Amino acid sequence: MTALAPLLEVKDLIMVRGGVQVLDIPSLLLQENEVLSIIGPNGSGKSTLLLTLASLLHPTAGEMRCRGEIISSRRSSGVYRRRLAMVFQEPLLFDTSVFDNVATGLKIRGLSRNEIKERVERSLELFNIRHLSDRSARKLSGGEAQRTSLARAFAINPEIIMLDEPFASLDPPTRLALIDDLERILKETGTAAVMATHDQLDALRLSDRMAVMNGGRIIQDGPPVEVMHRPSDEFVASFVGMENVLNGKVVAQEGGVLTVTLADQLIEFPGMSAPGEKALFCIRPEHITITTSDPRGATSARNIFPATIRKIIPMGAYHKLYLECGFPLIAYLTSQSVGTLHLAEGAQIFASFKATAVHLIRSGA
Amino acid sequence: MDLFWEGIAKAVALLAALDREVLAITWLSLKVSGIATLISLVIGISSGTLLALSDFPGKRLVISIVNTGMGLPPVVVGLFVTIFLWRNGPFGFLEILYTPTAMIIAQSIIATPIVTGITVASIHNLPPNLKLQILALGATRWQMVLILIREARLPLLAGVMAGFGGVISEVGASIMVGGNIKGYSRVLTTATVMETSRGNFDVAIALSLILLLLCFAVNYVLTRIQHRKRPR
Repeated sequence: MTALAPLLEVKDLIMVRGGVQVLDIPSLLLQENEVLSIIGPNGSGKSTLLLTLASLLHPTAGEMRCRGEIISSRRSSGVYRRRLAMVFQEPLLFDTSVFDNVATGLKIRGLSRNEIKERVERSLELFNIRHLSDRSARKLSGGEAQRTSLARAFAINPEIIMLDEPFASLDPPTRLALIDDLERILKETGTAAVMATHDQLDALRLSDRMAVMNGGRIIQDGPPVEVMHRPSDEFVASFVGMENVLNGKVVAQEGGVLTVTLADQLIEFPGMSAPGEKALFCIRPEHITITTSDPRGATSARNIFPATIRKIIPMGAYHKLYLECGFPLIAYLTSQSVGTLHLAEGAQIFASFKATAVHLIRSGA
Repeated sequence: MDLFWEGIAKAVALLAALDREVLAITWLSLKVSGIATLISLVIGISSGTLLALSDFPGKRLVISIVNTGMGLPPVVVGLFVTIFLWRNGPFGFLEILYTPTAMIIAQSIIATPIVTGITVASIHNLPPNLKLQILALGATRWQMVLILIREARLPLLAGVMAGFGGVISEVGASIMVGGNIKGYSRVLTTATVMETSRGNFDVAIALSLILLLLCFAVNYVLTRIQHRKRPR
């Protein structure tokens, strides 16, 4: 019961369903204001874990504590459930107006009419859907419906929000706009969140910590960049290791081009941010060009780094090269090129990529 | 064919004149079937919801039995209700055989499985995660059940209509347990049977027209309801 107790703490959680062990989580923590994403393929147990954390499924064994208090009996789990909210992949709206949908959790808690009105309007405002207040939930687009669902969850001022693939059924532009808003709202309200997703970029955008799940277990749990850089095993590597995700510091911004410093090197790419801010960005391995001599003058690429080949892994039609240029970099090269260039582990080469090959994931203090 | 057209003409005249006897028969029909439907709603919606939300071995069997009950032949119900209410039957002491009360009992027995079956289907048709979503909004189990029933209200209304439509047009049980006593237990269907057997086609047609109109109204509302969609 100390102030230092984590917001949510899970110990030795076991879930057996139909004779099959579907969850085995020796330990999991969620701190105040923290956004934890759980990534993993379909059937890895993400949803089951989320439902268990939301106390909507009861574990076969194990212990859950919220700020040090054990959540076990039916009564304590009911009290605990009122401190959190959950949003699913489907909006699951009720057949009534947007206002009444958002008011549902507040009505369940028996709040006064005035308080309900005030909180519903605040929540609608938060998700930019105040103009939809009187509309029937049957007449909403996919994005509007999911915004309503999120507004309904945030209306109850949850301490923790569980998000189960909340963007999975939205089209890309709708999805991006909603992620932007959710990122801002999570920051503004300081709500802790646990988000299940199979999209690593969504996870990178929103989360402070990332847990990779497979077969009901958490294979790796840590800051997103660490999980991306140091995958603990082949599974994590194959699931998250598709991108070079790097964390640098902005030193300059000119004409929409950022200069970011990382391990004493400068990387340039398009983006808007202020000097001094941190920048999280990624480079697709297939966009990296390898040359044996310095290509300066012969290429339009703005980013050129001398590098050492640490490891070469044949992947069939292409080879995966692990490079060290002060920071780690992964490049894909056709097997033919590897032969022509006589590349071998330990060789000194040059890695180059265009500024447009770099994608800014997020920036901030 | 003259018989038919003459019948129609006289029937329309009877209806236009608001014949007292015809009105009384219609009113009793509505009253008996209405009360029976209400009783079946209370029993059917609660047991149907319970059945849909609970999980126990043999649940499928119970649902199959309920669904079979949706087609319960009225004469069979009439027969058993008669036996139970017979003077020296188990409930003979109530002395309600050949009364509207007996008809209400019989019709409730016919409508309950219809309402129960439709309730089970309506609740099952809601999105599977809706139950969890309601609980995640902080609802108690009781609040969750009430919200689910509210969400299933349109298909449930279809259940109401189906139940009412089933019993208002039923004749076997009403004639057996009600006895078709003039001015007391005579309803639209039993009166139609009697008037037809007597050759009073005009009255029979008038009664049938009212019955048809009621059934049409019920089905029209039903169709309208079933074409509404749920939100995403």
